Amino acid sequence: MLSYALRRVVTAIPTLFVIITIAFFMMRLAPGGPFDSDRALPPEIERNIQAAYDLDKPLVEQYLIYLGRILKGDFGPSLKIRDFSVGELIASGAPASMELGFSAIVLALIIGVSFGTLAALRQNSATDFSVMSVSMIGIAVPNFVMAPLLSLVIGVYLDLLPTSGWGSGELRYKILPVIALALPQIAYVARLTRGSMVEVLHSNFVRTARAKGLRERLVVVRHALKGAIMPVVSYLGPATAAVMTGSVVIETIFGVPGIGTYFVNAALNRDYPLVMGVIIIYAVLIMLLNLLVDLLYAVLDPKVRYS
Amino acid sequence: MTAILDVRKLDTRFAAPDGEVHAVNDVSFHIDPGESVGVVGESGSGKTQIFLSIMGLLAKNGRVGGSVRYRGKEILGLPPRELNRIRGVTMSMIFQDPMTSLNPYLRISRQMTEVLVEHKGMHEAGARRRSIELLDRVGIPSAKARFDLYPHEFSGGMRQRVMIAMALLCEPDLLIADEPTTALDVTIQAQILELMADLKRDFGTAIIMITHDLGVVAGLCDRVMVMYAGRVVETGSVRDIFYRPQHPYTLGLLRSMPRIDKHGATQLTAIPGQPPNLQALPPGCVYQERCPFAFERCQADVPALRSIAAGEGPGKERAKACHLERLEEEVPA
Repeated sequence: MLSYALRRVVTAIPTLFVIITIAFFMMRLAPGGPFDSDRALPPEIERNIQAAYDLDKPLVEQYLIYLGRILKGDFGPSLKIRDFSVGELIASGAPASMELGFSAIVLALIIGVSFGTLAALRQNSATDFSVMSVSMIGIAVPNFVMAPLLSLVIGVYLDLLPTSGWGSGELRYKILPVIALALPQIAYVARLTRGSMVEVLHSNFVRTARAKGLRERLVVVRHALKGAIMPVVSYLGPATAAVMTGSVVIETIFGVPGIGTYFVNAALNRDYPLVMGVIIIYAVLIMLLNLLVDLLYAVLDPKVRYS
Repeated sequence: MTAILDVRKLDTRFAAPDGEVHAVNDVSFHIDPGESVGVVGESGSGKTQIFLSIMGLLAKNGRVGGSVRYRGKEILGLPPRELNRIRGVTMSMIFQDPMTSLNPYLRISRQMTEVLVEHKGMHEAGARRRSIELLDRVGIPSAKARFDLYPHEFSGGMRQRVMIAMALLCEPDLLIADEPTTALDVTIQAQILELMADLKRDFGTAIIMITHDLGVVAGLCDRVMVMYAGRVVETGSVRDIFYRPQHPYTLGLLRSMPRIDKHGATQLTAIPGQPPNLQALPPGCVYQERCPFAFERCQADVPALRSIAAGEGPGKERAKACHLERLEEEVPA
């Protein structure tokens, strides 16, 4: 298993290289630059700034310089947030983003699996139909609609929770963004769990468990759930990717000081090194989590062995 | 002697979008302690559904009517909690496909010990010891070493042995075996049947053998129940059924079976036609459309299962559901 994990890490390097390359050139295709502003700078000042950040060199040369820096672990300076390196900015935003994303995934798993199981056990009942239709809405409504709605209803009309900010990290600031981020995932996990649970509950081995006279709780939790959870485990990879992209929107709407907020601002300001830094972090995280999911699969399914 | 299982007028129906499926119709029979009864019939004849109904394992769209008494106590319609004191404990069932009937995500040890922990309140250590003993008994080589393996690490025959051991954990007085050998190689089939015959002798367990293989019945059973289109069409001792069938369907079945004791090429006689649609059973006898002996009455009246002249052997009741007074045709000996 260890050698498998190592192999996966090694094969991730070319993937990462491709991502960096595509992101670098795509970003440069966008019009504008970091030092454009309404008030034009005097030409000589602009030239000096461009030279200081190597922006006057040909694109390919800039690309090679960037690659060289990355290999040394240097993400470069932010072009817009003075005196901060991209590494420092990411380190400062990561805790809030990680907490947000991790909480959303955990919440999605707990609530999604519970509701999905409940719906499967009462297949075609009112419970089933309501869980499934609510989750359909959860999937269909995009987060940039859901988040302001939640903020408006719970934050403004009912005045229960703060609408934005992170305070000094108190729980009440986190509730709304975590829920907004988790909702589509809860919905997806619930539907996924229901589907596989219905199938497993009809399987021969669950019939055997019932024929053995086991209590319903044992039949469901010990015998059915382990099989039914497998599709959810495979979905964890895409789910983390969805949570990361979702967090970009959610962090901006709720004013969470996380990587997502930096990413959006950096993209709007053409803060090239910061955009690249966040992309690389996201890419590495997604690849790592996918690896983790695959390893988890081997732990849960005795038939899966990596060598 | 009181019967272990006494089934009266059992009806099993399945709701389907295009009408009810009449899977089991007016089935009555009883099983005595220690006897082994073969239930034969082709696919869709309702033989499995009878016993899934009894075990409370029907699919959600199934409805049961009638009466099932287990040791004198009505068990049909019992809530699962009460049924769980019987099923897996004194009445066990094993299934056709050992490949899918064991939980692929749990070790054999867990799947066995949980039965003893649940029903006998045993501790894990004691349950392990007892389970390994039984695995030894059903012929799993080096059972102790393989106890903590997963089902996919066993062959099909070994898995069926595990299923049998699991069903015997609480020493049931009734074992329902639903085509336990159908999914296995012929050589493994013979081993499993031999094992079941041994267990029947050693444990005194009554066995119900659901099968479409008449050979299995001949080797293991005392009595036979022949099913067709959800009805019992004939019952009797193995000898009577095989040598003097009194129902035209039984006769047809026997004639369509290849025989090793016949020299030269003998023609197998197939039964023409198809079993009737269980959603629209004909009035009268279910077998009328394929029966070479059918006459007018067969189209109007449903023949009830009635006792006929006792066959060979003492106390062997014999019954058939057919309007024919006597079937004179012989199975070519």
